[in-house]
Amino acid sequence: MTTATQTQTINLTLSQRLVAGGLALVLGFVLLGGIGFASDMRVHNGAHDTRHALGFPCH
Amino acid sequence: MNLFRRIFFAAVLSGLAAGLAMSAVQQWRVAPLILEAETYEGQEAPAAPATHTHEDGTAAHSHDAQEAAPAGHVHDEDAWAPQDGAERIFYTVLADVLAAIGFALVLAAVSVLVGLPITAANGIVWGLGGFIVFQLAPAFGLPPELPGMPAADLGARQLWWWGTAIATGAGLLGIAKFRNWQAIGAGAVLILLPHLIGAPQPPHEPSAVPAHLATAFAASALSAGAVFWFILGPLLGYLNTRFAKAEASQTRMVHA
Repeated sequence: MTTATQTQTINLTLSQRLVAGGLALVLGFVLLGGIGFASDMRVHNGAHDTRHALGFPCH
Repeated sequence: MNLFRRIFFAAVLSGLAAGLAMSAVQQWRVAPLILEAETYEGQEAPAAPATHTHEDGTAAHSHDAQEAAPAGHVHDEDAWAPQDGAERIFYTVLADVLAAIGFALVLAAVSVLVGLPITAANGIVWGLGGFIVFQLAPAFGLPPELPGMPAADLGARQLWWWGTAIATGAGLLGIAKFRNWQAIGAGAVLILLPHLIGAPQPPHEPSAVPAHLATAFAASALSAGAVFWFILGPLLGYLNTRFAKAEASQTRMVHA
């Protein structure tokens, strides 16, 4: 039991990786989409300099 | 959910630190160029044509975006915008840090999904990959641009930007994962393809923004980006390994 649990913690199962990785990926893209690509003018104006500095297409 | 919690905190902490470092470099070398370029915004460039025309048989497209923010990009007067000075810097730093955390989450997620662990030792390679995928490759077709510079349709540029980032990322990951000739061949094709297709080109209009500002801006923006990625990669790797070790020893104690 102990060995099995340890092995599982170190060698993660595929479904664990898919769930955690998928969640983190979606969260990351939501942040990038909001900061770099959202068309709302208030978001655009607040993140304006960041968009230019990071080379995101702006305007 | 332990895995998610671990990569989430590793990404948030490393994104915060690397994002703040990037902000410092930006405020030093990049933001002043944006402010200076804005003084030229709205000015007609010498001998600018009165009406904007597309010379090269451009496909039918809408100019809604440009009409909403006409030549020289005038912000929508009704929409909120931060006051110049401390407020503007605050929102820029906030946006920098949030974008940095977003990049860190994507890096951590890809590492878990593809099964290529990110560690303190190989973090610099991940950072280099992130820099190539999200900055260098898109900049090869769409150089970082200052406000007031002529540019192609926004939607087309955004699409090309994402297509390039995804194709370049897929190409690099395939090479890193499989390390064989087939992967290198397919990766090379994926990395080259967006540039063979070509980025949407700006209309042939003179720009009111002086050339020396534009070149300094492109170089400074990419340099600030490099600083960010070379901190983010190793730091994310270090925290990821550290949290994984802490978790493993905790599990051992519980089950001992």
